[in-house]
Amino acid sequence: MIRVVLPAHLRRLAGVAGEVRLEVTGPVSQRSVLDALEGRYPMLRGTIRDQESHRRRAFIRFFACEEDLSHESPDASLPDAVASGAEPYLIVGAMAGG
Amino acid sequence: MSGVRVLVGTRKGAFVLTADGKRDRWAVSGPHFSGWEIYHMKGSPADPDRIYASQCSGWSGQVIQRSDDGGSTFAPVGNQFSYDGTPGTHQWYDGTPHPWEFERVWHLEPARDDPDTVYAGVEDAGLFKSADGGKSWQELPGLRGHGTGSAWQPGAGGMCLHTIILDPATPARMFAAISAAGAFRSDDAGQTWRAVNRGLRSEGIPDPDAEVGHCVHRIAMHPSRPDVLYMQKHWDVMRTDNAGETWREISGNLPTDFGFPIDVHAHEPETIYVVPITSDSEHFPPNGQLRVYRSRTGGDEWEPLANGLPQQNCYVNVLRDAMAVDSLDECGIYFGTTGGQVYASADAGDSWAPIVRDLPAVLSVEVQTLS
Repeated sequence: MIRVVLPAHLRRLAGVAGEVRLEVTGPVSQRSVLDALEGRYPMLRGTIRDQESHRRRAFIRFFACEEDLSHESPDASLPDAVASGAEPYLIVGAMAGG
Repeated sequence: MSGVRVLVGTRKGAFVLTADGKRDRWAVSGPHFSGWEIYHMKGSPADPDRIYASQCSGWSGQVIQRSDDGGSTFAPVGNQFSYDGTPGTHQWYDGTPHPWEFERVWHLEPARDDPDTVYAGVEDAGLFKSADGGKSWQELPGLRGHGTGSAWQPGAGGMCLHTIILDPATPARMFAAISAAGAFRSDDAGQTWRAVNRGLRSEGIPDPDAEVGHCVHRIAMHPSRPDVLYMQKHWDVMRTDNAGETWREISGNLPTDFGFPIDVHAHEPETIYVVPITSDSEHFPPNGQLRVYRSRTGGDEWEPLANGLPQQNCYVNVLRDAMAVDSLDECGIYFGTTGGQVYASADAGDSWAPIVRDLPAVLSVEVQTLS
């Protein structure tokens, strides 16, 4: 079970409260987690990463285990603590006002 | 009983304002999509319960929302806007080539006869169409590709396609306007396009009467006179009587001919409204006095409408999509400001009152007349 924390504006868009819990089959990477997330909540497609290139949107960040994973390869394995559900995978709106 | 529903898009959410035909007591619902920019909302002429909304944010890009119950509830639909083929380049602010990149939807124009068909004007300027209620979007590439696209350049607000007008008399005819490229017309339902800017003069471009490059802010049409279009250009208020073949200036006695919105009275095709703004560097009304100007002669002769509007210390702006008219017997006029006020007149502009005063900055105002 993977735990995902969305920023408030995406929780409202997806209609969820609190953490999202996802089953991910195969290797647990940022790509497979986001694929599972968008599969469950299709309204999130395009709001976290580009729908065609899958490039992260400029003002979205990915954190886990107190590390910034935003610039890691999307296919790199996530930390064991995320894969086991001990720690959440954080999708964060970058600090940018407006 | 008749009534109106005013759809207000703001920097931080959408609001729905409703009243009966008297338009003196209002119910306010919202914010919908709290925290997101709502560039535009518009209802389908074929089904007033169908409303489309353009929702976007700097963090998470574009979302399209759809309501099937008159704005009580919304659900996200498709948000993939992919330019057709290899997008190519337009001009950047410094004159260098810049690749076309989708930024947001500025304007949604539902078809007159089918609630599932809707057009979207986007930044970077392009025109998209959905025939399935917003689930999927396809570009009408003939506009970007008609020949002048590589010369288009963004205005200060971005290179946006902000105006889409569907001709009620000739269904295959449509108009689009782009900042800062100009006005364009299609006579084959959007497949092919040509620039229709003859008569426009813009001192801010090297060739003032160039085929393209004009910063058109807004175009309006009365449905009974589809060959007559009114335009608020960056500077100058303009009119064409031949569907854009030639334009002539009708700024007349306006205190300044800079502004953003322009609209037409629902029952009087020669009665038009603008909101003069001081200049392109001073986006507020002259002398801090908010005044709508009305012409009952199709332009040239204008009268200020100030009754009920602030006449001192008012330094708001009224953006291009933030004015609308209803079609009740006594035509109602509505506009929203960057200060968060939405004003209504139930007597064609003779008197005004605020519906709400303290919303986030208003980006767009549309009105539905309900029977």
